[in-house]
Amino acid sequence: MTDPIIKFDKVVKRFGDLTVLDELDFEVKRGEKVSIIGPSGSGKSTVLRILMTLEGIQDGMVTVDGEPLWHQQGTNGLEPASEAHLRKMRGRLGMVFQQFNLFPHMTVLRNITEAPVKVLGMSKKDARVRAEELLERVGLADQASKYPHQLSGGQQQRVGIARALAMRPDILLFDEPTSALDPELVGEVLTVIGQLAEEHDLTMLLVTHEMRFAREVSDRVCFFDQGRIREQGAPEDLFTAPTEERTREFLKAVLN
Amino acid sequence: MTWTDYIPPLLEGAWVTVQLTLYSTVLGAVLAFVFGIGKLSPNWAFKAVSVAYIELFRGTSLLVQLFWLYFALPMAGMAMGIDLRLPPVLAGVLALGLNIGAYGAEVVRGAIAAVHQDQHEAARALNFSPRQTLWTIVIPQAIPEMMPSFGNLAVQNLKDTALVSLISLGDLTFRAEQIRNFTQDSTTIYSMLLVMYFAMALVVTVIMRGLERYASRWRTARS
Repeated sequence: MTDPIIKFDKVVKRFGDLTVLDELDFEVKRGEKVSIIGPSGSGKSTVLRILMTLEGIQDGMVTVDGEPLWHQQGTNGLEPASEAHLRKMRGRLGMVFQQFNLFPHMTVLRNITEAPVKVLGMSKKDARVRAEELLERVGLADQASKYPHQLSGGQQQRVGIARALAMRPDILLFDEPTSALDPELVGEVLTVIGQLAEEHDLTMLLVTHEMRFAREVSDRVCFFDQGRIREQGAPEDLFTAPTEERTREFLKAVLN
Repeated sequence: MTWTDYIPPLLEGAWVTVQLTLYSTVLGAVLAFVFGIGKLSPNWAFKAVSVAYIELFRGTSLLVQLFWLYFALPMAGMAMGIDLRLPPVLAGVLALGLNIGAYGAEVVRGAIAAVHQDQHEAARALNFSPRQTLWTIVIPQAIPEMMPSFGNLAVQNLKDTALVSLISLGDLTFRAEQIRNFTQDSTTIYSMLLVMYFAMALVVTVIMRGLERYASRWRTARS
């Protein structure tokens, strides 16, 4: 169990001339809750998008649970991953998006049951029972038959979390889950994420600007800058006694 | 003969027009989905066929397509020793449906392409296959976008059915011509013809509005 569940080994990601990840090395242990902070454009969301297989990589290796994510074993060593391989790997991960990305034409309940039924082959009845449990857990048991546009942003994001959990991922990725919310709705979403952080088995990766929250829930905080991890450590160390000048500047800017 | 005597034969013609409109619109809708999806397909052969179909039928006149199917195709068939004579109704439905399907395919393609990238990403994160993503996530959201254009195309199609009178199909326009040849009462007959096409176009518009509301009911749900 000491093997990392996520491992980035000299990963390079470029968009045209822009290098977003510059030989990034990064590891996450099973069950660990890691927050990623840093200025915009530092590549922090890209880490999540690569893990969710929404973006490919140019160089290096990403492994999830000991298996290469973007590569597979071929006859002559490692080859680029096929869609079938990606599909198998993707089942271990779930993602909560900044803009929620709920399906607007489906009720809240169907947003949560559709993938378990269609992708995992769960029976409609089981999926429904599971969805109702999850809605209970995120405090939306009475909203099952509504459409996303009838809910507030905070409620929509809580549905987004329930939808991701319905697929029973080992790793849950949060991509700035509260950035699109009105300030008074941030708390309800953070409460739900905070409760999830207490689950021992779930590995969580959280890209966020909520510094106080990152400090409360994470085992480790990573400060990203220019496509690399500039500094990382336990939250109390990183927030109170950052060693790097760049980290100090960033924290000073966001905390004031 | 007074104008009331024209009504029974005109209604008979109108019924043919209604049938032609219905069949060719349904055919057109099916073709629109097949080739609209085809134009976005990663499969190059499907894509090539779709582009060729859309460009061919948008780039040539409906009247010429109709004459080609009805007059030229049997000749070509004869030269090859195959009987390709089409009954007028079939030639009419085919020409109208193929034509409106080509325009509809562009509408379908545009509406599908307009569904936000976020939706594709959410579908991918939940591990839906590309086919499941298309049919359960993308198309249901694209249909409400297509409906206003489909409404226009259906009305267009109704009006285009008048062309089939030229291959001696007994539609509304054909009947009107017959009566006019007999009575020379052009003003009355053409006025009645205008009113009848207008009334039918109104009905088509109302039906399409109803379908549009049905397809987008999730957008208007109230708490």
